[in-house]
Amino acid sequence: MDLTLKVWRQPGPEAEGRFETYQAKGIDEHASFLEMLDLVNEQLTEEGIEPIAFDSDCREGICGTCGVMVDGEAHGPVENASVCQVHMFNYSDGDTITIEPWRAAGFPIQKDLIVDRTAFDEIIAAGGYITVPTGSAPEANLTPVDKPIADTAFEAAQCIGCGACVAACPNGAAQLFTAAKVSHLNLLPQGQPERYERVVNMVEVMEEYFGSCTNHGECQDACPKDISIDFIAWLNKDYRKASFKQMRAS
Amino acid sequence: MAATQTGATSTASRNRRRPWIAEFYASSLGKKYAMAITGIVLMAYVFAHMVGNLKLFEGAQPLNDYAAWLREIAYPALPEGAALWGVRIVLIAAFAIHIHAAAVLTLRNRRARGTKYQSKRDYNAADFASRTMRWSGVIVGLFVLFHLADLTFGATNPDFDHADVYGNIVTSFSVWWIAAIYVVANLALAFHLYHGVWSLFQTMGWNQRRFNHWRRYFAVAFAVVVAAGNLSFPIAVQLGIVG
Amino acid sequence: MPVDQKLDLDAKIPDGSLEDKWDNHRFDMKLVNPNNKRKFDVIVVGTGLAGASAAASLGELGYNVRCFTYHDSPRRAHSIAAQGGINAAKNYQGDGDSIFRLFHDTIKGGDYRSREGNVYRLAQLSVNIIDQAVAQGVPFARDYGGLLDNRSFGGAQVSRTFYAQGQTGQQLLLGAYQALMRQVDRGSVTLHPRTEMLELVVVDGRAHGVVVRDLGTGEISSHSAHAVVLATGGYASAYFLSTMAKNSNATAAWRAHRKGAVYGNPCYTQIHPTCIPQSGDYQSKLTLMSEGLRNDGRIWVPKDPDETRPPEDIPESERDYYLERLYPAFGNLAPRDISSRAAKRMVDAGHGVGPQKNGVYLDFAGAIERMGVDGVEAKYDNLFQMYEKITNENPYRVPMRIYPAPHYAMGGLWVDYNLQTSIPGLFALGESNFSDHGANRLGASALMQGLADGYFVIPYTIGNYLAPMLGESPPPTSHEAFAEAEAEVRDKVFGLLSVNGTRSVDSFHKELGRILWDYCGMSRTAEGLEKARSEIRTLRDEFHKDVRVLGENETINQSLEKAGRVQDFFELAELMTVDAHHREESCGGHFREEHQTEEGEALRDDENYAYVARWRFRGLGEDPELIPEPLEFETVTPSTRSYK
Ligand SMILES: Cc1cc2nc3c(=O)[nH]c(=O)nc-3n(C[C@H](O)[C@H](O)[C@H](O)COP(=O)(O)OP(=O)(O)OC[C@H]3O[C@@H](n4cnc5c(N)ncnc54)[C@H](O)[C@@H]3O)c2cc1C
Ligand code: HEM
Ligand code: HEM
Ligand code: SF4
Ligand code: F3S
Ligand code: FES
Repeated sequence: MDLTLKVWRQPGPEAEGRFETYQAKGIDEHASFLEMLDLVNEQLTEEGIEPIAFDSDCREGICGTCGVMVDGEAHGPVENASVCQVHMFNYSDGDTITIEPWRAAGFPIQKDLIVDRTAFDEIIAAGGYITVPTGSAPEANLTPVDKPIADTAFEAAQCIGCGACVAACPNGAAQLFTAAKVSHLNLLPQGQPERYERVVNMVEVMEEYFGSCTNHGECQDACPKDISIDFIAWLNKDYRKASFKQMRAS
Repeated sequence: MAATQTGATSTASRNRRRPWIAEFYASSLGKKYAMAITGIVLMAYVFAHMVGNLKLFEGAQPLNDYAAWLREIAYPALPEGAALWGVRIVLIAAFAIHIHAAAVLTLRNRRARGTKYQSKRDYNAADFASRTMRWSGVIVGLFVLFHLADLTFGATNPDFDHADVYGNIVTSFSVWWIAAIYVVANLALAFHLYHGVWSLFQTMGWNQRRFNHWRRYFAVAFAVVVAAGNLSFPIAVQLGIVG
Repeated sequence: MPVDQKLDLDAKIPDGSLEDKWDNHRFDMKLVNPNNKRKFDVIVVGTGLAGASAAASLGELGYNVRCFTYHDSPRRAHSIAAQGGINAAKNYQGDGDSIFRLFHDTIKGGDYRSREGNVYRLAQLSVNIIDQAVAQGVPFARDYGGLLDNRSFGGAQVSRTFYAQGQTGQQLLLGAYQALMRQVDRGSVTLHPRTEMLELVVVDGRAHGVVVRDLGTGEISSHSAHAVVLATGGYASAYFLSTMAKNSNATAAWRAHRKGAVYGNPCYTQIHPTCIPQSGDYQSKLTLMSEGLRNDGRIWVPKDPDETRPPEDIPESERDYYLERLYPAFGNLAPRDISSRAAKRMVDAGHGVGPQKNGVYLDFAGAIERMGVDGVEAKYDNLFQMYEKITNENPYRVPMRIYPAPHYAMGGLWVDYNLQTSIPGLFALGESNFSDHGANRLGASALMQGLADGYFVIPYTIGNYLAPMLGESPPPTSHEAFAEAEAEVRDKVFGLLSVNGTRSVDSFHKELGRILWDYCGMSRTAEGLEKARSEIRTLRDEFHKDVRVLGENETINQSLEKAGRVQDFFELAELMTVDAHHREESCGGHFREEHQTEEGEALRDDENYAYVARWRFRGLGEDPELIPEPLEFETVTPSTRSYK
């Protein structure tokens, strides 16, 4: 199939950006979206135009490296898929596709479609862990975990840190990302000792970079791992409890 | 990018210094919490207000008596009008906090986006109501000012009589543009509540997976009931059913 | 590399019985006093399971750690993609597992080409890994009683594999990443994301630093330390089409090799049997379908090579369930190398299925009948969805199509028992070293090895290396060795930018991959390998004359990044062919057509090849020097590896 692409090109973090139009010719319907971009890049290289910079690595929806807005949707048109999992059989000959980077103040654009998501790492550094010095762990089966709890924690733990939730959220909020990690750890028995400190510290760093949640639900829709906004409610509850604990402490 | 990264906010700097309530309200999550609580207060008010106003359909005497009774609640335990003032203070505070939090968060959220998307966004989940909260909120806010001028201070009515609430309402709502303002404002309120009532469950962390779908039903029901009740008054007057 | 450089080639396997080696060794090793640890600087390159667990543990001990990754976040390292699970000899299922059995299975699975001492230690540590991960909150699958669940995986006859749906690697990596970020927050680890190591710096025969390029700004800088730890992953991506992440590469290890670190068994690559077959030339990578699927799916091809009917219309009698037929004891669960080669034989004989006749069926019809759609869904739904997203075919209705693909590199930097390479002060962990898997890796054991190396081995052995250096500061980055290394890097980077030829980097990589796959893939011949070597050399020359890298050094330049990596793949690829050519036997993942039994099974030659092939770099275009490390088997007796 033949397609017309409108792609955001921005030479560097400080530079002005703009849309450029390229033709993608002879794309196989079994090619993935990123392979389609690879092909366009091959064509551009041939024409002496610098290829489009975009992030990707695993190309199977697990590393969270890829991510762009495709026609106004984070990760494109396929449900529960990151953009590397979108295949061209979702498009038809003659379509025009507009591709833009994530836009959020917490995710500054580096080049073309690449943004800097280190703010996510800082949120994790603030408390997204369970303190367990190497070698000090007790025998694993000493702490049984109820299956429903384990399953729910797993559901939250699946977040791949792609940033689509921020990109999709009208407020540029990172609530779903943060909620996923807080819920994963706060649900498990292992996570209890640091539970309240964790949520307060992570929220504080989250708010340094990102907007606040007004419950649009757009993040859940964009999330390739289908992380539920129920976890946002969970985060809010733990934050509230943590704050009241602080009240009592002070 | 990729500059040497050490913990930007190291644990030490995360220790809090201000009183907890100030810390709490300073955070976006705290503000949301305040909005939800004040939202609940406002919800309770508009609901009770709507139910009380239904006396309009019973005729002039019952409504006027009801209005008089409102001013006398708890009298003589409290001075006349004290309870009403109590309610007013709570209401004013709720409005003030609700609006302050809304304004600060709106600004923060706008800043959090930075540059807008340069191509058309495609929303799948964020509906009209959720995306227009600040506008529906502002409309309701402005309406309340107008409404106070109209039915509390009688600015729109030369024959305004404090004791004749029924007459005041009928006189105002007979004017087509005043009726129209009420209709528009209450539609805005309906949208505000449609999202707001659902949203506050999330904000409050009231979340039980088995019952979560009921939150939406409740929000719809609440918005529809309040709006239907409130809309019925100007429409009834305009249609001559009341008057 | 200076010719007179002194290399440390002693494997340093501790004395004593197999069970006591590690314990004794831990006792014998020198310690660094807690207060002195912060006086030591350690560089860790890589943040996969091996790197993140090492950096986190070293940081926690108090060392001053600097950690580099070319990823934008440590969490994205390729370990994240591991699906199936991680082995551990916990014997929770009470089905007869033990440390010795895991050790024995791994040695046998590796076709008796690994070290007993290392593998035994790995089996011992496997138990601690699970404890550590669970305490970190890794959400392994659990049964209804709330205890940990296991499955059998990748040719094991006991259920010892711990898993987290199809995302075990992700969950384990996140655990290690979170531990790492905690240390970053505490200030004991400094993290440099999007920064690629391009050169190792050796001062007075010891590894003392690295030269890196900031992938965002192009800035080239030097970092000096008391020791350098490489945990930079595997190189199966040399084949271009592989299950590896797009950015996986061999650069860090290769540059270390050029500086004197000998390479172990470079020709041992694993071809994984269950990947989605290639659908066209545009393809950029191959996707693995977890091997766990083989627990319930049955593999078959039509008996008639000219079969045209859709699979569901082919009657049972006209299907060849060839694994069940050839290997009745293991059936569809036969080890990877065996299953892969069997699939290749079927496809080569014309029985291939799918539009390009390049796959075999993996059929769940029986499983659906047995467990119901719900049962299959509960176990495999995410994998089925993934398959459908890629192929647009619904595996609940049509059998999956699978074919082998390059997946894992058993070869890598040679290390001794302490995980130290032949350059003192340079350590290699995880997939980047050659260590524990011999000629073939069993499923679910790479995660185990990466974490054992990072959490439980390096924290001890690095102390042993550092202790005598107390009071010495590492050489300043103004030292001439750093200047030289930086100059080399600059030459390479600007050299690539200035070629300005006509062909893209990817086109070269694809062609290189094709050569490797055809001649140094699932089966190899002396003739093919010679041909491959000369083709690789020709193509390499062409690359240096004709590659086109547009853009500049000073902003993100992905063509430039790729070009640097492909340049190293070319050199490594040649070494792979040399190693495959010299090893006149078949073992594990290395199958030489000249050396097979009458039934077409691998024919090992323990007499002449029971050694680790260590290769020393002697300059580009020169033949590398072979320095074998003989393997001694005291506990197990190498036997023919039969899965019949
Ligand atoms: C699809 C797939 C599925 C798998 N499933 C399983 C499984 O079920 N069970 C199992 O046991 N094993 C499995 N494996 C194998 C296993 O995942 C890997 O062997 C293991 O995770 C490797 O870990 P590592 O830490 O050594 O390297 P990686 O995770 O590859 O990490 C390498 C790190 O080094 C960094 N790096 C590399 N070079 C440089 C450089 N020059 N400069 C800076 N940084 C650099 C990278 O950025 C990265 O952080 C699977 C592999 C694949 C491909
Ligand atoms: C000037 C007037 C008002 C403004 C500017 C305003 C604005 C807002 C905004 C921006 C929100 C946040 C949306 C969200 O969280 O999803 C909100 C929430 C809400 N508002 Fe208002 N509003 C106003 C008046 C009212 C009134 C009069 C009521 C009640 C009758 C009300 C009830 C609510 C409720 C219940 C919420 C939900 C709180 C939550 O999400 O937790 N608001 N309002
Ligand atoms: C059509 C619907 C409505 C009618 C008929 C109505 C009627 C009235 C009347 C008659 C009064 C004056 C009572 C008195 O002074 O004794 C009043 C006061 C008030 N109304 Fe309404 N109202 C309506 C809708 C609303 C709505 C939607 C809101 C809020 C969002 C609101 C908020 C108020 C407030 C804050 C006061 C002042 C109460 C006080 O004096 O303390 N009203 N209303
Ligand atoms: S919550 Fe979903 S969208 Fe957000 S970072 Fe995680 S996986 Fe991506
Ligand atoms: S879209 Fe944004 S507003 Fe909240 S529910 Fe999701 S973070
Ligand atoms: S490239 Fe890994 S999730 Fe898309």
